[in-house]
Amino acid sequence: MPILNTSEILETIRMIDRENLDIRTITMGISLLDCACDDIRALALRVYDRVCTRAEHLVRVGCEIEDRYGIPIVNKRVSVTPVSLVAGGTNAASYVPVAQAMDRAAHTLGIDFIGGFSALVHKGIAKADAVLIKSIPEALAQTQYVCASVNIGSTRAGINMDAVKIMGVCIKEAAEKTAKSGGIGAAKLVAFCNAVEDNPFMAGAFHGPGEADCVINVGVSGPGVVKSALARLQGAPFDVVAETIKKTAFRVTRMGQLVAREASRRLNVPFGIVDLSLAPTPAMGDSVAHILTEMGLEYAGAPGSTAALALLNDAVKKGGVMASGHVGGLSGAFIPVSEDAGMIEAAQAGALTLEKLEAMTCVCSVGLDMIAIPGDTGAATIAGILADEAAIGMINNKTTAVRIIAAPGKRAGDIVEFGGLLGIAPVMPVNTYSCEAFIARGGRIPAPIHSLRN
Amino acid sequence: MNRAIVTVLGRDKVGIIATVSGRLSELNINILDITQTVMDENIFVMLMLVDISKKTLSFHEVKEALRQLGEAHGVSVRIQSEEIFDSMHKV
Repeated sequence: MPILNTSEILETIRMIDRENLDIRTITMGISLLDCACDDIRALALRVYDRVCTRAEHLVRVGCEIEDRYGIPIVNKRVSVTPVSLVAGGTNAASYVPVAQAMDRAAHTLGIDFIGGFSALVHKGIAKADAVLIKSIPEALAQTQYVCASVNIGSTRAGINMDAVKIMGVCIKEAAEKTAKSGGIGAAKLVAFCNAVEDNPFMAGAFHGPGEADCVINVGVSGPGVVKSALARLQGAPFDVVAETIKKTAFRVTRMGQLVAREASRRLNVPFGIVDLSLAPTPAMGDSVAHILTEMGLEYAGAPGSTAALALLNDAVKKGGVMASGHVGGLSGAFIPVSEDAGMIEAAQAGALTLEKLEAMTCVCSVGLDMIAIPGDTGAATIAGILADEAAIGMINNKTTAVRIIAAPGKRAGDIVEFGGLLGIAPVMPVNTYSCEAFIARGGRIPAPIHSLRN
Repeated sequence: MNRAIVTVLGRDKVGIIATVSGRLSELNINILDITQTVMDENIFVMLMLVDISKKTLSFHEVKEALRQLGEAHGVSVRIQSEEIFDSMHKV
């Protein structure tokens, strides 16, 4: 017999209506490996055709699912094989035409982002990788939807310090070439250590070489739901806090699993993974930082923040993992600054520093994310920040990343507005002591030992 | 059977059930179960489990029709596939 459970139904509706529960993204991963050819124009055409053919129905299906379940799906995205893997045969001096083809495809499809203008250089830089990295600033300046990423280290390979040095320059140039828009190019560029092949989140999404031809990955969200659940637990001990987060994460992830399964069925594309993430947006009530304040911190960044985040991140995974058949991607709490109202407040109040953020990235996904720094910060300093973050990832066997914007013409305390999901970034001060000679060394930091852990 | 949940939320007034169930009947949507209550501050909550397999319009059109009906009567009326509630609350 049908049974209507009033409290369960109303709880779901409250989570969607008042607590900003949403599916952050349905991301279709598309392989470009067989698009490789020896002419850059032909390659660009093949990429455009491949993306438009495979993802033809992505937006329509996303909207149908939104309609049917009454759950917002904020973004529909595409990730492709790292372009450096398919463009090497062209002998072109720039891969910007491929980025432009990706951008045109995104525009045609009506999707929100397309990721995969990427290179994997954690061990060494192939010729095509060097061309790709050199093309990134121009590619990001000339496109609207394209996101780029570069993997510069891994636990198994160590850190490629030559690549770190080059990325310092690349990140700075990406901001400079888009100075009129606050340096937004750098907001669409991420440097990884231990990049994952099935991440649905931007800017770091790419379709790894170990993936099938086409796959559907879903990223969930829901920091507002967790915060509201904790708001009902004033003063409760952490055991209760952890249990509540687990239960909430389970529900949020079940929603992601349902959407992923349905998208996979309707698009006739295999389901890849659900990424169990707490991804904030700049909207009020959609903040990860406010979960930390709900736990009893005055601001994110106050003493206790790393512990609070560790609990949150772990409980999200524990609750989410049982709710989905396949979990992957970055799975954890994100702490971008510009995309999170609570992080913005904390940075403006001076409670949250770059150094504290670095410590927090040791216990959560993903890294130093969407942080604006002064425009006069040197490439070597950016490379130094990247090397530190990569070291955390390498040693702790986790994904870490850097997405920082050296905002042209801005100083510490200024504000940069990117708009939309990218939000508003207070420019944060950077340690100004030099690491020039350190970065100039180049070479590789060897892979770490996995016994004698401490 | 293709089932969905219709939720009606708003300030209580005369005839809400009749209005919504009348419209569902026009759309050839069968009501399988219904529960309603008036919560604090005179807020009316009605939940209906319905069979939409013989509906005369597309899901999107039904959703729009109910939304407009709700707007005209100062309540919110929504329809969502039953699966979302099942998947969220049942292991």
